[in-house]
Amino acid sequence: MMKKCVLLLSLCALVPLVSLAETPEEKGLAIAQEADRRDLGWGDSTNDMLMILRNKQGEESTRTIRNQSLEVQSDGDKGLGLFDDPADVKGTVQLTYSHKQGPDDQWLYLPALKRVKRIAAEDKSGSFMGSEFAYEDISSQEVEKYTYKYLRDEVLNGQDCFVIERYPVAEYSGYKRQVVWLDKAEYRVQKTEYYDRKDSLLKTLTFRGYVKYLDKYWRPTEMFMENHQTGKSTLLKWSNYKFRVGLTDTDFTQESLKRTR
Amino acid sequence: MRLGRFLCSCLLLTSTPLVQAGEWSGYVALEGRAFTQEALFPEQNYRVNLSLSAQPEYFHKWDNGKQSFTFVPFVRYDQHDSRRSHADIRELTWLKAGKDYEWRLGVRKLFWGVTEAQHLVDIINQTDLIENLDGEEKLGQPMANLALIRDWGTLDLFVLPGFRDRTFPGAKGRLRSAIPVATDRAQFESSQGRNHVDLAARWSRTLGDFDFGVAHFSGTSREPRLVLALDGGGNPVLIPYYDLINQTSLDLQATKGSWLWKLEAISRAGQPGGRYTAMTGGFEYTVVGVLDTQTDVGLLAEYLFDDRGQAATTPYDDDVFVGMRLSFNDAQSSEALVGAIVDRQTYAKALSIEASRRFGQQWKLSLEARFFSHIPEKDQTLFGVRSDDYIQLEMARHF
Repeated sequence: MMKKCVLLLSLCALVPLVSLAETPEEKGLAIAQEADRRDLGWGDSTNDMLMILRNKQGEESTRTIRNQSLEVQSDGDKGLGLFDDPADVKGTVQLTYSHKQGPDDQWLYLPALKRVKRIAAEDKSGSFMGSEFAYEDISSQEVEKYTYKYLRDEVLNGQDCFVIERYPVAEYSGYKRQVVWLDKAEYRVQKTEYYDRKDSLLKTLTFRGYVKYLDKYWRPTEMFMENHQTGKSTLLKWSNYKFRVGLTDTDFTQESLKRTR
Repeated sequence: MRLGRFLCSCLLLTSTPLVQAGEWSGYVALEGRAFTQEALFPEQNYRVNLSLSAQPEYFHKWDNGKQSFTFVPFVRYDQHDSRRSHADIRELTWLKAGKDYEWRLGVRKLFWGVTEAQHLVDIINQTDLIENLDGEEKLGQPMANLALIRDWGTLDLFVLPGFRDRTFPGAKGRLRSAIPVATDRAQFESSQGRNHVDLAARWSRTLGDFDFGVAHFSGTSREPRLVLALDGGGNPVLIPYYDLINQTSLDLQATKGSWLWKLEAISRAGQPGGRYTAMTGGFEYTVVGVLDTQTDVGLLAEYLFDDRGQAATTPYDDDVFVGMRLSFNDAQSSEALVGAIVDRQTYAKALSIEASRRFGQQWKLSLEARFFSHIPEKDQTLFGVRSDDYIQLEMARHF
């Protein structure tokens, strides 16, 4: 009797965490929501990004971009990317309003002509700056941009992970599905596999060197994208992360696009 | 002379401790133009022209990025056309940004508009026509500009002292009008001449998928009328005459999925023939990753209209522009834009090819080619260039 009670009690204690009747779809979504919830409240941040492109022959070229981001509570985040290198694109600035539903809004400032161009942002399968990252890979990862399915638990590099599959909602995504490894301890993405529209493995993205900021928010220091079909790769190195530097909506307007350097 | 003194004091300023933390960037470029046909006029007896240009840029910000100083001089040396050997201050601006306003004082370049074939609405800066026939190169304009950034959009107010004359090729320059323009004999409707202070205002806003701007300009026209006269030796010359005009404009873009719908329209009063209307409208449709490649293809079509018809001072009274933009999305940022403008009545055609590719981290090679055909004699702006088809390569070193 006592034993039964204990068992029942411990089962009850488990219920809020993992519902017994949960489908794989519900569990996948719950994991994505939990990862999102744990990253709420960071406010605004800036960082420096070094991008190293490597082709099949091992030749490298680099880009450096300074990023500014603003968390938006009711919608997707706002982002401003300032290009510093290569020198011929220095001064180019990209402004993005990401949305939970529908395509993002995106503007590009071209310094040679002083021209702000609103650009089509519905089809985000195109390459970002000639890298192996598509726009959709590096844009704000809102929960609503995918549907989910929990696949299995797996140990990856010594860490207990959830493995979930996610399916892009956007009609113009370049992917049929993505398989994502998140560690159970902190719900950080450790690895993502991208499958193209024909469902063959296209790219693998690995996250390295997570650092905790403001005692709560984890950010990787490296993201490595490998294209299995072309043999090319791109390494993103993040540095100089700063949080709550005082950015507001006025730093993410078409006016700020023209003056921020 | 005045320019030289100005430049000197600017260089002194940039070396003072106050702004020492600034940074220099910019480029030096060598341009080679090859003309495919013999020149029309005896002074232009060459088929190849070399030219060297440089545009350094100094930028310094302080006050947590809320204030900045920008200085961009430009200089070009041209092998054959002494007028194309010229210098300009593209920018010399102090900026102060507040929470909901921005102040800018000094010499500045800015752009209004959305279309590709021509830039009707873009009126603040004078065209540096001697740089490029496409009119996209601009001279720096002295101004005081206050931008009010509010919930209802952005209101830009401009006071524009100091008129800049349009540049034109000299007699030895190719890509010129049949009769050379005597830029030193420019005439003005305003009794104050170049000292007339122009005013402008523009309200711009984004509403969902729509970005639009409504503007008004009151002052000396950037586009001169060219009046036939004789020089001291009794040879015909064209004298630029700058009218006082009032121009109201609209620029609008709707971003609908992969489609960009664009419209620019102006209504201008103050020039002979009375008030007139001109517009450019069309679309750009982008296909991302064609044929399983990384290449994006943009298809462009625009219609260009001017209700003055054949009396228009631009060649685009009833013209159709079609173009294709290729973005290869490679490590070298290779891209190309091919376009053609055809006059629906005279069948005058202009074909343009622009392409560029980066080499290493700092070199950029650009190709530009333009071909003209069926240009009618009454087309004052293009008849003189009918034998000036050219292919141009430019190698630029950015730093």
